Amino acid sequence: MTELLPDPVPARAMGSARLRADGPAKVTGLATYAVEHPADDPLHLWLVQSTVARGRLVDLDTAAALAHPGVVSVLDHTNAPRLVTDDPDTTDPELVVLQDDRVAFRGQIVAAVLAETSEAAREGAALVTARYETEPHRAELRDDSPAYAPESVNPDQPTDSDDGDVEAGLAEADVVVDQTYRTAYEHNNPLEPHALSVTWLEDDDGPRVTLVDSTQGVHPVAATLAPMLGLEKDRVRVRAPYVGGGFGSKGLPHAPEMAAVLAARTVPGRAVKLAVTRQQMFALTGYRTATVSHFRLGARADGTLLAIDHQVREQTSALKEYAEQTATPTRMLYAAPHRRTRHRLVELDVAVPSWMRAPGEMPGVYAHEIAMDELAIACGLDPIELRLRNEPDVDPETGKPFSGRRLVECLERGADLFGWADRTPEPRATADGEWWVGTGVASATYPTMTQAGSQARVSALGGGRYSVAVGAVDIGTGARTVLAQIAADALGCAVEAVDLEIADTDLPMATVAGGSSGTSSWGSAIVAAAQLFRRDHGEDPDSGVHTTASAAQSPGMEQYATHAFGAVFAQTRVHRYTGEVRVPRLLGVYSVGRVLNPVTARSQLLGGLTMGLSAALFEESHRDPRFGHVVTQDLATYHVASHADVRGIEAVWLDEEDPHVNPMGSRGIGEIGIVGTAAAVANATFHATGVRVRQIPVTADRFVG
Amino acid sequence: MRELAYLRPDDVGAAVAAVTDNPRAQYLGGGTNLVDHLKLGVTSPELLVDVRRLPLDEVEEVAGEDGPVLRVGANVRNSDVAAHPVVRSVFPAVARALLSGASGQIRNQATTAGNLLQRTRCVYFQDVTTPCNKREPGTGCSAIGGYARYNAILGASEACVTTHPSDLAVALAALDATVVVRGAEGERRLPVRELHRLPGDRPEEDTTLAHGELITAVELTAGRLTRRSTYYKARDRASYAFALVSVAGALQLDGDTVTDVRLAWGGVAHRPWRATVAEDALRGSTFSEEAVLAACDRELAAAVTSEDSAFKVPMVRNVSALVLGRLAKEDR
Repeated sequence: MTELLPDPVPARAMGSARLRADGPAKVTGLATYAVEHPADDPLHLWLVQSTVARGRLVDLDTAAALAHPGVVSVLDHTNAPRLVTDDPDTTDPELVVLQDDRVAFRGQIVAAVLAETSEAAREGAALVTARYETEPHRAELRDDSPAYAPESVNPDQPTDSDDGDVEAGLAEADVVVDQTYRTAYEHNNPLEPHALSVTWLEDDDGPRVTLVDSTQGVHPVAATLAPMLGLEKDRVRVRAPYVGGGFGSKGLPHAPEMAAVLAARTVPGRAVKLAVTRQQMFALTGYRTATVSHFRLGARADGTLLAIDHQVREQTSALKEYAEQTATPTRMLYAAPHRRTRHRLVELDVAVPSWMRAPGEMPGVYAHEIAMDELAIACGLDPIELRLRNEPDVDPETGKPFSGRRLVECLERGADLFGWADRTPEPRATADGEWWVGTGVASATYPTMTQAGSQARVSALGGGRYSVAVGAVDIGTGARTVLAQIAADALGCAVEAVDLEIADTDLPMATVAGGSSGTSSWGSAIVAAAQLFRRDHGEDPDSGVHTTASAAQSPGMEQYATHAFGAVFAQTRVHRYTGEVRVPRLLGVYSVGRVLNPVTARSQLLGGLTMGLSAALFEESHRDPRFGHVVTQDLATYHVASHADVRGIEAVWLDEEDPHVNPMGSRGIGEIGIVGTAAAVANATFHATGVRVRQIPVTADRFVG
Repeated sequence: MRELAYLRPDDVGAAVAAVTDNPRAQYLGGGTNLVDHLKLGVTSPELLVDVRRLPLDEVEEVAGEDGPVLRVGANVRNSDVAAHPVVRSVFPAVARALLSGASGQIRNQATTAGNLLQRTRCVYFQDVTTPCNKREPGTGCSAIGGYARYNAILGASEACVTTHPSDLAVALAALDATVVVRGAEGERRLPVRELHRLPGDRPEEDTTLAHGELITAVELTAGRLTRRSTYYKARDRASYAFALVSVAGALQLDGDTVTDVRLAWGGVAHRPWRATVAEDALRGSTFSEEAVLAACDRELAAAVTSEDSAFKVPMVRNVSALVLGRLAKEDR
């Protein structure tokens, strides 16, 4: 296998609007999701969860469950197969399932019932009774909770940063904004719950495990599970042909996957199916921590920033550390001579937080962009003008030039499209019948990343057709469609001449669909393989010849600071009697390099904007600290935006390419849509009402009374 | 799998007898709430008596003592009631209440009686791992000191602070609808205002119905007042959310003088809250927004709130002013 630095690819299919390749299969119900995957005579698994937040399981009575018709077995820590947990490099504490009697959070898996039917398994689980020795627990993120500095923040960024002397900068400032901004606990809630079908086989070469999993990365799942199962990675085959969304929560395997694999190990040769329920997802499949951002902005009277201080408190789980990188965008968003960022974690006896769309950027830019709105008002400046006055020449964090920073154009184009010039600067100045009306703006940014390690294989099928294989997963983003466009242009053939194979660990290694890096990472590998294929096999290859390659990192990634940028504009209406908030208009303008497929890209950006709107107004996982679990644990009580909440919504982008990132000229687009959106909406509610709400969700009760 | 007997009789008498005879039997209507409860373990009946085959699916106009009566069969779907031309023109509060509830799919499935008999959506009631006096008497109320955004502010007890989730019931309470009930002893009629109860020390009982009693119809008497009625639901999102507070109102003015008024509140109590103190204060007075707010203040003097539910007091005042203000504009 060869690594190649690919040449830029001339765009022919890339950039053209193509409908989703798997659209017809999805809308006609022919696409089989993980648990729908056909299996002969499968068993069904149901999880039993702890009902205490901390302590020790002293007794588990399984007699009634075992006596129930259809129940095959009950797994618990006394009888579950052992995992390999002595190597800290490969042991994920979240995945150490059913290995001991410790309870680290309410909702933890303490047993699992295998049965002939899903109904029998569910009833069996209800019949298991557990007795606990409880210990005092902490489940509330309080302003006075003891906090610590983690060694790094997600994924491996510095916990703190110090540039210049923030206190001196603040002392020198004519205007200071000193406020605290809060974001709520949020759960990813993809439409398809976490689910898998798994079979453990014992053959002559030893054990072999096959999974059909709902995951954002088949190779990462195999690589994570295998060592804990005492297997080589190639003994674990994972497929994920269709995935109904993930938003980060399927980026790494969670405890239910390991529980299902352990259960399958006890019944070799039989498929075990597990569909996690919506309620269980609120304890077992990750979530975004609440964040508390204390911001201090110091500026000259003309709005020029002198100091930025962003100190973050957020929560992690005692079982496994996860440090949301909330203050990292603050290190690069605006110019300022003095800057300080801090992340501090409060460790609680709660479920394990994880990635949720734009971890770090979403809560961090939310806080920064409301603080900027407050600074604009304090300086008597238009909020767009304030941002223009604080544009850096180079990346404030690294000192490198940007591969392209067209934030100003995004703001100006958006202002033009949105009619910003007609805006009245004063808040609470526009009424329309029973409604106050206002508008708000926020900047958006997201790092542009290409992950190392993806490979692709190009094979000639004869007759001018090619197979292109990469073990990547399309979680609904349109990867299946876009990768074929990239392959066609890299090979110089029609899109229809490409048979794309994805979502299987039998295919070449591919990194996770996360960090808005999938298309760039997998696409670069495809381009490398296609260009090497042409070099080795020419324009008229014999059927059957093939080439596998990976892409060397573009040198531009070292030379430049690479980020996507955007500007979000929102109009809100706040009901004068009820305080209810509506968003009739939402516009995002983005600088994301070359847009490879305007149809699927638009969906990604609109989806991000919608999720940002949803975070701004609705989403909140309410954890009851007395019990330790989230009590708003279904889609009736955990509110996401309904259709009626999403009205005029539009995403546009600048016509450009970024030559420094990858051979396609593209940047990632999966996450930037959610960044800044909550701030734009919150700022618009202030403009409408004159009431500044410094936490999300911004709910109706904030505006009555 | 849990064993469950299922009956689908064609005749009301047989249905009532089947449930009356078995203390662990329940009626099944549209199933939009009960089926959730079966899955969650909130309830575990041993017999389900499916009433959807019963001939209770007509909307009829009949003569009544105080004017024309609209009789809505218990099985008429929420969406059909909301779309009925007489409901829309003569009882607009009812149509608007129904359309503000649930989602299109659920309204197509849910029945009139089922809507009235749906159970609270209190998160603790629906989570069998937490104490709840309504689900399991004597275990305690987790909503006190817990997630309180949807808690009651009027008429709650130490045993239960939850609210009734129905929108329809609030509109019916405002319009003095009557519920027709069949039991083992025969048929009886009761004002809808007497159907739901306050929790007291028996929060497990949502209504005054005896076990086995079946709602067969809802009757609405038409009048000038019902035509000038409307409903507003303030909620956390624009669709598919239960009320933070809701208000059903009806108003009759003579010039600026309030000759008659109805005001019922949802999202504030264990039953639809007919704001009779406020109504009495308004009746005969000169209509103004300030008068409505002052009348509501009298009604709300008894309100008991927590930090998370305190917003309901100003919100229900405001929505009452909004609703009656809109009706006053129509009337002028």
